[in-house]
Amino acid sequence: MNPYGSVDGHRTLGNPGVGQAPPTITHSFQPLQPVGSPTRLPDVVQPPMPPTPSFRPPQPQVVQQGPPVGLYPGTQGPQPSYPSPVSGPPFPGYGQNAPQAMAPQQYPPQQQPLYGSYPTDAPVQASTINPMQPQQPRQGYWGDVNQLSQGMAGMSVNQGFNAGWGVAPIDLLQNRHIIPPNPVIEPPKITLQNEYWSSVNCESDIFRCTMTKIPETSGLLQKCRLPLGILIHPFKDLPRLPVVQCNTIVRCRACRTYINPFVHFIDKRRWKCNLCFRSNDVPDEFLFDPKSSTYGDPGRRPELQSATIEFIAPSEYMLRPPQPAAYVFLLDVSWNAVQSGYLKIVCDTLLAHLPDRLPGDSRTLVSFIAFNSALHFFALSPECSRPKLMTVKDVDDVFLPTPDTLLVNLAEIGSCVEDLLTQLPMMFNEPDAGNALGAALQAAHKLLGPIGGRVTVFQTQLPDVGPGALKSREDPNQRAGKDVHNLNPATDFYKKLALDCSAQQICVDLWLLSGQYADLATLSGISKFSGGCIHYIPGFHVTRFPLSGEKLEAELGRYLSRKIGFEAVMRVRCTRGLAVHTFHGNFFVRSTDLLSLPNVNPDAGFGMQVVIEEALTGVQNACFQAAVLYTSSKGERRIRVHTLCLPVSGSLPQLLHSVDQEAVVGLLAKMAVDRTVTASLTDAREAFVNMVVDMLSAFRAAEGGGGMGLTSAPNARLIPVYVLALMKSVAFRVGTSTKLDDRVFSMCQMKASFTSLPLADLILMVYPCLYPVHNMSDEDAIVESDGEIIPQPPRLPLTYERIDSGGVYLMDSGDKLTFYVCRAINPAWILAVFNVHHFSHIQDGAIDLPELDTRESKRVRSFLGHLQAQKFMPATLVVMREDSKDRMDFVHRLVEDKSDCGSSYYEFLQMLKGLVK
Amino acid sequence: MVFSLPAFSYMIALIVDAFLIFFAIFHIIAFDELKTDYKNPIDQCNSLNPLVLPEYLMHMAFNLLLLISGEWVTVLINAPLIAYHVLRYKNRPMMSSPGLYDPTSIMNADTLSKCQREGWIKLGFYVFSFFFYLYG
Ligand SMILES: [Zn+2]
Repeated sequence: MNPYGSVDGHRTLGNPGVGQAPPTITHSFQPLQPVGSPTRLPDVVQPPMPPTPSFRPPQPQVVQQGPPVGLYPGTQGPQPSYPSPVSGPPFPGYGQNAPQAMAPQQYPPQQQPLYGSYPTDAPVQASTINPMQPQQPRQGYWGDVNQLSQGMAGMSVNQGFNAGWGVAPIDLLQNRHIIPPNPVIEPPKITLQNEYWSSVNCESDIFRCTMTKIPETSGLLQKCRLPLGILIHPFKDLPRLPVVQCNTIVRCRACRTYINPFVHFIDKRRWKCNLCFRSNDVPDEFLFDPKSSTYGDPGRRPELQSATIEFIAPSEYMLRPPQPAAYVFLLDVSWNAVQSGYLKIVCDTLLAHLPDRLPGDSRTLVSFIAFNSALHFFALSPECSRPKLMTVKDVDDVFLPTPDTLLVNLAEIGSCVEDLLTQLPMMFNEPDAGNALGAALQAAHKLLGPIGGRVTVFQTQLPDVGPGALKSREDPNQRAGKDVHNLNPATDFYKKLALDCSAQQICVDLWLLSGQYADLATLSGISKFSGGCIHYIPGFHVTRFPLSGEKLEAELGRYLSRKIGFEAVMRVRCTRGLAVHTFHGNFFVRSTDLLSLPNVNPDAGFGMQVVIEEALTGVQNACFQAAVLYTSSKGERRIRVHTLCLPVSGSLPQLLHSVDQEAVVGLLAKMAVDRTVTASLTDAREAFVNMVVDMLSAFRAAEGGGGMGLTSAPNARLIPVYVLALMKSVAFRVGTSTKLDDRVFSMCQMKASFTSLPLADLILMVYPCLYPVHNMSDEDAIVESDGEIIPQPPRLPLTYERIDSGGVYLMDSGDKLTFYVCRAINPAWILAVFNVHHFSHIQDGAIDLPELDTRESKRVRSFLGHLQAQKFMPATLVVMREDSKDRMDFVHRLVEDKSDCGSSYYEFLQMLKGLVK
Repeated sequence: MVFSLPAFSYMIALIVDAFLIFFAIFHIIAFDELKTDYKNPIDQCNSLNPLVLPEYLMHMAFNLLLLISGEWVTVLINAPLIAYHVLRYKNRPMMSSPGLYDPTSIMNADTLSKCQREGWIKLGFYVFSFFFYLYG
């Protein structure tokens, strides 16, 4: 079946696409439920509890009977059923009156392109409303939840897939080929007491918990031996986001929780907070329906219909007027940097993005500072047509030569900036080897201090002049050693500066394009604590290593054009009894539940370990709410709120079956990074094994799965192989030569990124997808509306056993696609795809495939395009021949095999079996 | 002289110990303020860090005095704490200024509760030794 074709048809049913501006404000909000979908009804009339109307209407002139129970958001137990003063069915998204109830919301028109700009958006939003469609699971955005909740027996990929494995315990030793052929591993479904709640719960790629049920007591959690925590991706690009503008944002008086779909309405005028259980009044505005000028039914409010919502904040949410978008670019122009040729790529990419594709408005400010052993400022002003270069040689005591003309309005000096960017790559030609990064950062901090904003640093070597100068700490002979040193910073200069920046709402993003050791462990501090992001392209050189230039251009393009939120804070609240214990990510923790994020970007992810402080006895659901308060690039103060609701369970077997294996692995990786830095790598590796052993032992104890095998809950079956892969990943491996910076970067990635698709990139980085591409059939292929056929080859386990000597394989490791060609490949295939006659003529290290008009070439390229379209940053492609010198890179990724970095998967299982009691 | 050297050193120890009790209380209050989101961790660390070394040095100084006066038992009672202080300071996070507390990791629930526990235990110890010196 073609998922796209019919989806497109469905879109015309009345859901305007994101790109189309809604005709009026009143109609601009799109109900999240399928409008008029016939399948909605069965859910509606199957309430989990019998309806007992306890609330009598003051005027019984009801046009239509109140809705059945399941639909009322926030209802548990005996149900009040409210008559609606407005005619029409009062439940959300159903019937003609729905748009009226949505009156107070709007999509501000200027925000539209931003929501639509993400390449994978198109299929995502298209999938919204087709409950019949077995959609590509990771793409189902709003629709996926609905479609799962429809109870369309067995229609969704998830259910079909699970049926294959069943719910019975799995013997890992008997099922060695554990990796499913489908590359998309569906996150487990969260089932709440009523269908409505299950259907509105927060998307799993925004908010995810390591367990789909919360243990009732901490003792029970102990018995499960599972890490409890949440992974959140708060600022993810969303294809559809309800935006609300109102005078008062309804929040709990006691704990300041935002009203959400999971609150309980005691009656029409009071709601009970689902986090602290205190009862609150419903303000009149919340009941008011401006369209019909009547007091409507609170159930229609978008706040109660969507677990992800954005508010336009009134003035009490501002400490100062919203800041303009301000960008400072720090460019390394030391001799090393000039030779690597990065400047040309950066300047060209900037030229292509300024001014329109950089988020901002008419107030947007920019500045450029170049640095080698001195600082070079560029005075830009509308009067002078040419940028004026000012060099400051004194790097120990930084001052700004002309503060007024350094940070300037982009709209006014556009042509001047273009001039500068065109000349910049040729400007610095003297062989000045020094690098005064510390001073340059201080200058940027001074420049942005009064405003806040983003500093983008391009760095190519170890800073060695002025404040923050560093010395090389890496001993190349120790690279393969058992224990790794120097993972901690050498100085706290960068951390302290980052905290100063954070206090003034400045975020520093680091781009390390380095050929040799640059002490990322120390430099990363500048981004880690200022809410920034770190990009690292090892061995960067434009001519010697063309792939690196390609990668820089692709990543920078996404970086410059993606959404950005300024002067942000994020608060995470959870149901009373639960508490956030440890935070993982790039930010500064300002108080127990408040993270200070000078900038927030759509690709940033956070992890939090959660502890159960008080037993959740008598509580049916536990909720987590994350709220990000930020200033948009258009100078609007906004609050984005995500609420995740999970059932509480007191049954150990149930809990053991409620593992979300990918989330567990994601959180484990973050915890292990902490352990490595505070204790040692050996400790972290031991902790990995212990965690798996504990988990399997707990399962065996609870299920009594005696006998010879090694049984695991079906939901947790991939944890051992993922953990093995983690221990062989760049961050945690031992025994094979690993550069310190590579290791530190890998750790930074694990710690900070949740990454765009459901954990997918972290998982891909650890356990890449391997596809055979030499014999792709059209079976199961996706047929695009324009006739393009996208083959769907099955995913292979990462073992050399499955590599055929005459095959060609594509390995997708998140940011890199490796096209591995084996020696004995059929020459006809080579001709069809590479247009050469012999294996030895294939260019090793090529970064693209020729566009040929053969069936094989088309299939391969359309499959590559399909993989690229799912990524938030385009991946780089590299062709690798079996006799390539980089072949070991590929072989090391075959993590199920025995290698110098560890045992094979089977040996690992045998070892686990010996340890499990 | 009415005072012998041991008596004198006990008196000094008593006075210093009173100060140490105040330090411990100050620490406990400070960490509690952090836990209840009353203070910013940067400010709090900035106010706590300068106090760490003086506390350690004061404690070591009167122990040295006691050692000179030959009060072996008292010194032995204090020795574990001295060792703990030395170890704790050696394993402090990377910092350019003196002190122990790093604002980026202090909000970590484990670190915070460890610091709080440390504060209470030290308070207990100082109060105990205060009476010990008083009657000793
Ligand atoms: Zn509350």
